Parts: sequence; C-alpha cells; structure tokens
Amino acid sequence: MKILKQHPWAVGVGALFSIFMLGSLYTGFAPGEAIGRNFLSFLGQMFKVLPPIFILIGLFDVWVKTETVEKHLGHGSGPLSYLWAVLLAGTAVGGLHVALPIAHALYVKRAKLGIVLVFLSAAGICRVPMTLFEASFLGWRFTCIRFAVSLPLVVFSSAVVGCWFDRRRYRLPDSVING
Amino acid sequence: MLILYIITVLLLGSSLLVNPHKTSRALQVAFQRFMKIAPAFLGMLVLVAVALYLVPDHLLVRVLARENKWIAMGSALGFGSVSIMPGFIAFPLCGILLDRGALYMVLSAFSTTLMMVGVVTFPLEKTYLGAWLALSRNAVSFIIAAVVTIATGLFFGELP
Repeated sequence: MKILKQHPWAVGVGALFSIFMLGSLYTGFAPGEAIGRNFLSFLGQMFKVLPPIFILIGLFDVWVKTETVEKHLGHGSGPLSYLWAVLLAGTAVGGLHVALPIAHALYVKRAKLGIVLVFLSAAGICRVPMTLFEASFLGWRFTCIRFAVSLPLVVFSSAVVGCWFDRRRYRLPDSVING
Repeated sequence: MLILYIITVLLLGSSLLVNPHKTSRALQVAFQRFMKIAPAFLGMLVLVAVALYLVPDHLLVRVLARENKWIAMGSALGFGSVSIMPGFIAFPLCGILLDRGALYMVLSAFSTTLMMVGVVTFPLEKTYLGAWLALSRNAVSFIIAAVVTIATGLFFGELP
C-alpha cells in the first residue's frame, strides 16, 4: 500500500504495462513484443549503470561532510560554485535520469538549488564521453557552437530560477530518502 | 562505462579499508535510496519503451530531413522533448540524419532537447524535484534549446 501512495503513476503504468505484455505474448501481438524488447534492453542498461551510481551516492553521503558541500556549493558560496557544478556534471555518466539522484544527494548535503539545476542541465549538455561521441558524428564546429551558446544560458537561467525558488523557501521532496 | 566500475570498486575498497562500519552504512544508504526510487524508474522505462516504439527511426528520418526547414525544426524540438535516448543511439542517428540532408540546426534542436527536456522522464523528475521545479526546469531548458537551434542555424548559414 505504501508503494501505491508514493508512486501512484508508476504503479498504474506498471499494472497496465504488465497486462498489455501478458496479452501481447499470449496472442503474439507484434508491436507489443517490440515494445517489450525495447523495455528489456533499457532495463539491462539501467542495471548496468544504476548500482555503481547509487553506491557512489552512498559513499558520498557517508564520507563527505555537509559543511564541505555547503561551503563550496551552498548559500554564500561564490560564482566559482557554478564552475564546480559544471565540471562535476562533465564527468557524469548516463542521462538526466542518472543525474537526478546525484543532484538530489548534493541537495541533501545543502547545495543550493541553483547548483542542483546547473548540475542537472549541464549533465545533459557537456558530459565528456558524450561530447567526444557527438563531435565524431557531427563535427567539432557543431559541438563548439552548441557549447558556447548553451552553457552560459544554462548557468545564468539556473542561477535565476534557483534564487527564485530559494527565496520562496521551496524544498525538494524528501520522500526519496526517507518516509 | 568500465571506468565507472573501476572508480566505484576503488573507492568502495579504500572506504572498506579505512572504516568498515561507515562503508556498510554507505551500502545501506545506497540500497535504501535505490529501492525508494526503483518504481519510478521502472515506470519511466515503460514510457520510454512505448515512446521509442511509436516514433521509430525511419519516421524520424522522414520528418527531420524534410525540405521545409521550419517544419523540420519544429518537429525536431517536439520529438526531442518527448523522448530521451541513450547517446550511443542518438548520435549515430544524428549522423544518419546528416547524411540524408538534415540541417545542422535541426540536429541541434533534436539533440539538445533530447538531452535537456524530457516529457517521459517528467514523472521521475517530479519525484526528485517536485512538480513546480521540474516544470520550470523543463520549460527553461526548452527555451534554451530553441535559442541554441537558432544560433546553430545562423552560424551554419541555414537561417534566415
């Protein structure tokens, strides 16, 4: 019952999907089987990426002091904090969905909202391995222009949105770590 | 990917040597947080699997490599926003699109929204950030993607 309360949409989607999958397998419905194959391949990737990521989050939670994060990435930290967030994001793996738990772990250690947002968006646009990959397919000119335009915009907008929400005492949900 | 495992094993090993008690607590934290979010992750995977089936590669190629650059650009922003895609699928796909005559600004629109805006990841994002912040982040990211698209178009001489 607890899981239903915490993730109502996930339970609903999961239930519908299970029925759909069983039905498709039973009747040999081709689109259903194709979707099932997609799902399994993504599931496989998730199982490869998420365990090390969550172990690193656990180690981060236990070893890194809140004061350290707060000093460098929290309220009262200077503009340099945004540079740290971008560099940190550059080393991230996976997409937005992998960056989310990491960003939340930073927030739990009292990083400010602006930093959380910069990290999330920068993890989308400037992960190092992905950038190399992109440049090899689309050329360095393309990658350079994308960086030059998007990165300043991301930092600026995240700082503004972060301040705006901080000023309204917005708190991230803590149901993902306890409760 | 391998490097992620190497780093994790090295850090976990040194943590274990320095303080086994803290390390076991770290693993507990890891496990608890993972289990808390696992349902939301599974839900997201279902949405991604369905979205990718509904928008197959050949449809993308047909729409994004069109003559009319405005329609191509608009649909690139739309498709990219809805879905998320692993980089190793997305960039080869962009390479194919480029060969088929898609404009650089269309690829820019597609890849940037693909990475920064996520309708199918929204429920997961909402769980972590709350609905309002998740909504604002996606809206702002979409605007940034549009600006990047136009800048790419100007730079490569595809606009006006």
